[in-house]
Amino acid sequence: MGELHDAGSYGHGFRRAYAKGVCVSGWFDASGDASHLSRAAVFHEQHVPVIGRFALAVGQPYAPDSAVTVRSMALRLMPPDAPEWRTGMNDPPVLPLRDARDVSDFFASQQIDPATGKPDPARMKAFGMTHPWLKSAADENTHRFVSSGFADDTFHSLDSFVLVAADGTRTAVRWAMIPMQSVEPGDGKTGDRDYLFRKLIGDIHDHPLQWHLVITVAGAHDVINDPSQIWAQDDQTVDAGTLTLNSIESEEGGPCTGITFDPLILPPGIQPSDDPILQVRSAVYMRSFSLRSGEKRSPSAVTPSLIQTSEGRKS
Amino acid sequence: MSCMASFPLLSRVLHWLMAIMILAMLFIGLFMASSVGPNYHRLVTLHRPLGIAILVLAILRLGNRLRSSVQPLPDDMPRLLRWAATASHLLLYGLMIALPLVGWGMLSAGGFPIPLWGQSVLLPSILPHNPVLWSWLRSAHSVLAFALFGLVLAHIGAALFHGLIRRDSVLRSMI
Ligand code: HEM
Ligand code: HEM
Repeated sequence: MGELHDAGSYGHGFRRAYAKGVCVSGWFDASGDASHLSRAAVFHEQHVPVIGRFALAVGQPYAPDSAVTVRSMALRLMPPDAPEWRTGMNDPPVLPLRDARDVSDFFASQQIDPATGKPDPARMKAFGMTHPWLKSAADENTHRFVSSGFADDTFHSLDSFVLVAADGTRTAVRWAMIPMQSVEPGDGKTGDRDYLFRKLIGDIHDHPLQWHLVITVAGAHDVINDPSQIWAQDDQTVDAGTLTLNSIESEEGGPCTGITFDPLILPPGIQPSDDPILQVRSAVYMRSFSLRSGEKRSPSAVTPSLIQTSEGRKS
Repeated sequence: MSCMASFPLLSRVLHWLMAIMILAMLFIGLFMASSVGPNYHRLVTLHRPLGIAILVLAILRLGNRLRSSVQPLPDDMPRLLRWAATASHLLLYGLMIALPLVGWGMLSAGGFPIPLWGQSVLLPSILPHNPVLWSWLRSAHSVLAFALFGLVLAHIGAALFHGLIRRDSVLRSMI
């Protein structure tokens, strides 16, 4: 937590990371195709209520939107008669961190230099040099395709999980939310500090946004417990169902603000893999949540009135 | 030397069982809350049912204590010490019950599902979802845990004082 703070996390009631965000809600309809892999209710039921949050992976909640910033989709799926499922996904294909040691070294390398107000480039470079095993993941992410906004972006679980079927069969998987909206490349040249959020608000008011939840089953050569390793392209995939998001609200009073998207809040039928990053995330989100909940919060950059005006523009 | 009878067997079993559980819990709690290591989730998963077991046992134990005979302290003990003994015992019971209740309450207020056993057996929420309350109770859980730890240390110190320095029968009455 100290390292996150020194790396420029803002505090004041905001999430210690992914600070700039907005609440959304909708539902999830299972296709039934994943029900033989997992007994989790979400893979069997229709119209499971969902609360979610889109965010930018920034420490500062008032940072201007930028095309290259990592975007996230976090979801809380709440079947009425079964335990809930929370998941947080990011848009790069891999996580260039392997374990708790890497995480702490990384945030230390991102420490803000008081002289420049930015992380010291030499430190960041040194991190790359001393962590050669992360190079391929970092390259993968630098050269990734960047879409025009949240609505046409693909979000990955990055970490692996284990699905447990009714008969006890265990299957290692990752998953991704793949947009049903047509995908366009982002240009990112705009003077608007909140253009990504403004666009999302407009898109969702235009029509409900949808994604396929696509589950990838680990192949024989895939590394399960290391999110910095990409999986083979020809792995078997299963379309588990459709996410529909039709409503958007500011974090001020929105339904996603008072919860934390701890990736280890899992229903029966989904279990953690031995990926150490999952443990780091669970512990860190818990601490971020207890710190931020005790603080007096300043208004979110994506205010209720921003949501109103973007709505007005559309209609 | 005044000679006191032992506590009933049930009281003694409960006492030592809970002593082990509480010490274990204090260390599990401290370790998990300060680590992000590969065992974080496993420790939290153990912490919840063990804490609830302590709550149940503490209530049973309080019932047992109110029903059964309590060995009076030796009458050559100074009044202040006896008063301190009674007060510290009351506090120990209070914390053994309050700490797990705060743990349960804080997770309720944080909007978390609270798995007790595996992933299917969940505890019901006992407080409304309220992040400010969650944060407050989360701090209270730490403060009360440290208070309990301090009290346990004082309790062990007092027991040894009886056994080794005063050499009266108080320590033996619980063995
Ligand atoms: C490895 C080290 C990581 C650290 C230290 C870290 C840290 C954090 C922190 C402190 C938060 C704020 C939590 C809150 O206050 O509720 C957060 C949010 C989030 N993280 Fe991570 N994270 C890590 C990795 C990941 C990975 C691998 C993913 C995705 C696969 C991810 C996805 C998310 C998402 C989606 C959110 C936003 C949740 C929301 O919108 O509330 N994180 N992260
Ligand atoms: C006698 C019973 C209990 C004892 C002695 C105990 C002790 C502790 C201690 C020492 C900590 C670490 C505090 C810190 O360093 O800040 C802790 C944290 C915690 N306890 Fe308990 N606890 C008890 C019961 C419970 C129960 C019943 C629950 C939930 C149902 C619970 C949930 C938690 C949680 C969620 C944390 C925080 C973990 C984190 O921050 O990562 N505890 N406990």
